[in-house]
Amino acid sequence: MIHSLFLINCSGDIFLEKHWKSVVSQSVCDYFFEAQEKAADVENVPPVISTPHHYLISIYRDKLFFVSVIQTEVPPLFVIEFLHRVADTFQDYFGECSEAAIKDNVVIVYELLEEMLDNGFPLATESNILKELIKPPTILRSVVNSITGSSNVGDTLPTGQLSNIPWRRAGVKYTNNEAYFDVVEEIDAIIDKSGSTVFAEIQGVIDACIKLSGMPDLSLSFMNPRLLDDVSFHPCIRFKRWESERVLSFIPPDGNFRLISYRVSSQNLVAIPVYVKHSISFKENSSCGRFDITIGPKQNMGKTIEGITVTVHMPKVVLNMNLTTTQGSYTFDPVTKVLTWDVGKITPQKLPSLKGLVNLQSGAPKPEENPSLNIQFKIQQLAISGLKVNRLDMYGEKYKPFKGVKYVTKAGKFQVRT
Amino acid sequence: MTDSKYFTTTKKGEIFELKAELNSDKKEKKKEAVKKVIASMTVGKDVSALFPDVVNCMQTDNLELKKLVYLYLMNYAKSQPDMAIMAVNTFVKDCEDPNPLIRALAVRTMGCIRVDKITEYLCEPLRKCLKDEDPYVRKTAAVCVAKLHDINAQLVEDQGFLDTLKDLISDSNPMVVANAVAALSEIAESHPSSNLLDLNPQSINKLLTALNECTEWGQIFILDCLANYTPKDDREAQSICERVTPRLSHANSAVVLSAVKVLMKFMEMLSKDLDYYGTLLKKLAPPLVTLLSAEPELQYVALRNINLIVQKRPEILKHEMKVFFVKYNDPIYVKLEKLDIMIRLASQANIAQVLAELKEYATEVDVDFVRKAVRAIGRCAIKVEQSAERCVSTLLDLIQTKVNYVVQEAIVVIKDIFRKYPNKYESVIATLCENLDSLDEPEARAAMIWIVGEYAERIDNADELLESFLEGFHDESTQVQLQLLTGIVKLFLKKPTETQELVQQVLSLATQDSDNPDLRDRGYIYWRLLSTDPVAAKEVVLAEKPLISEETDLIEPTLLDELICYIGTLASVYHKPPMSGPPLTTSSVQMGAVDLLGGGLDSLIGGTNFVAPPTAAVPASLGAPIGSGLSDLFDLTSGVGTLSGSYVAPKAVWLPAMKAKGLEISGTFTRQVGSISMDLQLTNKALQVMTDFAIQFNRNSFGLAPAAPLQVHAPLSPNQTVEISLPLSTVGSVMKMEPLNNLQVAVKNNIDVFYFSTLYPLHILFVEDGKMDRQMFLATWKDIPNENEAQFQIRDCPLNAEAVSSKLQSSNIFTVAKRNVEGQDMLYQSLKLTNGIWVLAELRIQPGNPSCTVRAPAPTLRPWSLPFVPCQGVVLVEDAVQASLQAWLEPESVRSLKRTFLESFHIHPVRLPR
Repeated sequence: MIHSLFLINCSGDIFLEKHWKSVVSQSVCDYFFEAQEKAADVENVPPVISTPHHYLISIYRDKLFFVSVIQTEVPPLFVIEFLHRVADTFQDYFGECSEAAIKDNVVIVYELLEEMLDNGFPLATESNILKELIKPPTILRSVVNSITGSSNVGDTLPTGQLSNIPWRRAGVKYTNNEAYFDVVEEIDAIIDKSGSTVFAEIQGVIDACIKLSGMPDLSLSFMNPRLLDDVSFHPCIRFKRWESERVLSFIPPDGNFRLISYRVSSQNLVAIPVYVKHSISFKENSSCGRFDITIGPKQNMGKTIEGITVTVHMPKVVLNMNLTTTQGSYTFDPVTKVLTWDVGKITPQKLPSLKGLVNLQSGAPKPEENPSLNIQFKIQQLAISGLKVNRLDMYGEKYKPFKGVKYVTKAGKFQVRT
Repeated sequence: MTDSKYFTTTKKGEIFELKAELNSDKKEKKKEAVKKVIASMTVGKDVSALFPDVVNCMQTDNLELKKLVYLYLMNYAKSQPDMAIMAVNTFVKDCEDPNPLIRALAVRTMGCIRVDKITEYLCEPLRKCLKDEDPYVRKTAAVCVAKLHDINAQLVEDQGFLDTLKDLISDSNPMVVANAVAALSEIAESHPSSNLLDLNPQSINKLLTALNECTEWGQIFILDCLANYTPKDDREAQSICERVTPRLSHANSAVVLSAVKVLMKFMEMLSKDLDYYGTLLKKLAPPLVTLLSAEPELQYVALRNINLIVQKRPEILKHEMKVFFVKYNDPIYVKLEKLDIMIRLASQANIAQVLAELKEYATEVDVDFVRKAVRAIGRCAIKVEQSAERCVSTLLDLIQTKVNYVVQEAIVVIKDIFRKYPNKYESVIATLCENLDSLDEPEARAAMIWIVGEYAERIDNADELLESFLEGFHDESTQVQLQLLTGIVKLFLKKPTETQELVQQVLSLATQDSDNPDLRDRGYIYWRLLSTDPVAAKEVVLAEKPLISEETDLIEPTLLDELICYIGTLASVYHKPPMSGPPLTTSSVQMGAVDLLGGGLDSLIGGTNFVAPPTAAVPASLGAPIGSGLSDLFDLTSGVGTLSGSYVAPKAVWLPAMKAKGLEISGTFTRQVGSISMDLQLTNKALQVMTDFAIQFNRNSFGLAPAAPLQVHAPLSPNQTVEISLPLSTVGSVMKMEPLNNLQVAVKNNIDVFYFSTLYPLHILFVEDGKMDRQMFLATWKDIPNENEAQFQIRDCPLNAEAVSSKLQSSNIFTVAKRNVEGQDMLYQSLKLTNGIWVLAELRIQPGNPSCTVRAPAPTLRPWSLPFVPCQGVVLVEDAVQASLQAWLEPESVRSLKRTFLESFHIHPVRLPR
């Protein structure tokens, strides 16, 4: 089971440690630092490291390393999932998962870690439950606490721990009862030089924000549930109902949570909403090259494509770039060699383009590889897979809730090779 | 107002200030002070000096303050055990609190305080909490049993907590069930022999019911537990699979992978004709693919497991090639894994796509990745015959890029392609030769030389090319030198007329100017071959080579099957079955090891009855040539034990060279004054230098583990032999082996990892303080039930009691007492194994009557053996120890044991409380 946890920032300082069994010396992290040194990039540190007496399993989140120490055989995925859950909880409590936020709330952090894991076994990881045990910090509460002398820790046993629905607290009350769903789809794609799709798939999630009193029992149905053949469910969903009727039936947790995530695989045709025309070339034996990209709409289902950004990691020999753009603005960071072009919306009448000269280090051989373009975009009111919610029914409670569904499609890991 | 203020005081009197604040009357101030203390603790500052002051704050009705004090206590109780006692009363009181949250908190905290004195007080509250009406308390208590077991296993057994824990598996609350399973699994891991989780259809049913309702973490524990169950038939397997399948849609990837493990394992039992089998195969693909859209760390573990799964059942993911395509911003560890799986999935159907991708990767920035991509193209050519031509042309395109490392990798793989498809692609040789000058890596140079030598007849200027390499012969690495030697000899055999001079030159360079024995030997062999019989030389050197195998990198099937059972574990990440490696060594065992040494010395110095003859001068002239087996401990003529300790068997070959790519390992085990060591002899029978040696043991019956890394100081050159004595400890992980003294070993070098198993003689485990107190011996002897007794005889051993006694003592088998009954000498012997098991024996010696009866032990007995031995100068030792051990394990073979022994033993293994 999980023995200890060390939080390490990017400059290699261990700024928090927590031991759930006996104390393990900080020096165990030296093995981690060694691996970190070997990896060129922080993101390349291997997640599982074996040392003579322990295993170190780590994740890298928000510029922090969460390094856990393992002494007995434990499924590594279990540890990694748990570490991400810890990071999620910090995010949830403090609004951000950063060194500053953690240091500012170190006692709450410690209380949380103690509550989340006992002797290496996860105890309470659901946000609903944790928030009843340990109140998140707010400015108002700290003022109230200091006046009344009350504390952050709840002293009633959270009911969720006992009921069969561990994800929902009892006695929820709202004056406005609302249930909102966001269908968010991300397109992961690799487009090759000639513009044909090498690989594309849609990663979708339905995030819910449910503020309903009592114990509502919800059913969410889709116009085209057949699209969903590869789905991961929140534990609240009744799997049998889904298997037999293709309806999501569940008693929701209170507040924000991810209802399902799904994947529409590459076998189905995935629509690619944008195309990029590009011509990037470097001349042999000269210190310059040409750069020219144009972006345009492709299969956008009649919706506007907005929030477009293009990021390019230019080769190391690139010194500077002199470009002109017809739309938006661009920056080039000569240190990291990252070109960012903030395009904005596409209007089909005038396609945005960015072109100009690339200055190379003189004397250096011309770059072997052409850079890949990383593209971000957003399309409101569209789920690119075509998924549509049919209706939401509520049972078990008398009141009439407000209901709403929003759709949005975004680029996930959307790469164009040049 | 944030907590960062707690870090700000770094003045000199910090501890002093805190002390004052902790003792303040104001509650608020106290709490703030405790928070400051905790804050210091989190950054690893030592605030243990404040222990009494913090403990004083414990009695409070403020839950937050109580929790904070508990946090502090857990951290520091170990260093202040006497102080920690002060907290006991509050703990016990809190365990009775009406608020279940406090009851649970108290029992949980007590379990975390690893202080013996506190543990004593934990038992009663824990017993109550395990039966608490509140499931929150019960589930906390279940985990507490595991904690207590870690501190004091015996106590947990004696108090019957294990049974209570087993009962909790049938608890009405699924969370309690999950924690009980988790606790039992953890306990079972440290006690592999104990049959804690006896899985039967009923308990499986309970687990499956709990699976649906408990938390995601509980589901992982339950699934991992289910995976250890063996269904009685295919119908049961199918019904379990059906109930586990819904877990594949869980949002938690660890749940998904544990479910995959159960399904992969139970699928083995299903008939392939079954419709259900096909359905299940289809269901497995989507969740595995979904794992790849998670965070990179999760992807990595998932990919390592998928790598195993596609080797076992390629059909699951055969249509999912595209999800393994590499994105340029994937972390390098994900990229490399994806590449590996792409090749495993490559087939005629998708090879075009794969090649296009690989070509793309070969122009990326990351050098390691590019190299691997180029190699991958070669592997594709070898794997998919139809694609070979396309692969070769892709490689040629890459060579045209002139990027140095790409060219070199390409040449290395093209050599392999030539060996797979001889006489097919030699037309490209000309292109390869153009790049001769740019090759600076030994592997690429050697590959190129091989190609030139092999196809010398088609390359007009082969002699010039090889000659150009010859200029800097002495600066080349061994690999290149050897290849050059062979290449030129091949060339000579093919074009003898014009290359006479060249071959002379290389032979003299290799044989006269080189220090490398391997190179010299090869040179001489060629020289003699060429000078005595050129026809034979041709037959030898130019013999047709066997085709290289299709996929050399596949995991061996038996290992693969084993690894499939470990899906989701660390073993699956490393693709090695669990070893005794890093995991846990309990403190109690370590203590035992220390005692052993101390006690051993004591008994040597102050032993009452028999003290080992300290300086048994055994003259070497006794004519016992080592290796004939006379070097055993019952050396007849000497009659006394030697100081150097117990009998040492001659070295036996454990790992033949042909099984280990040229590495031969032979060895034996010795025990000398309390330390066990494994004496190894490593011989390099391969043609290349071996480096980077490492050794690891699998878990074994007595927890044997290397106490130090395998130290091979210099690289092991071909034909070189080194002798190494590897110290062993017995603090490794324990797992019962079959036979009991089986030891599975993995040895790694720069070439590969090799596995072998060997049997170690049990007498290396006999500890120096194995002499039992007389009173204790007597009491224990009486308590042994008759049915546990075993008896056998040793024939024809003309030794008297003294000689026997001293011989046995040299192997740490001690004589506790001696008496004479009706002309017979009775010796009472005791010995202790490293794991604390005592073995008692009675030896009856009747002068002049060398009779023998051998009785097998009751099956419950722990087998053991004595280093039995010789008679009348004729040695029969070889594997006396082995044989006698075998005899204990298989009663039948006992009768066939025609050993000549002298005495009859009564042997009573018993386990005494530690």
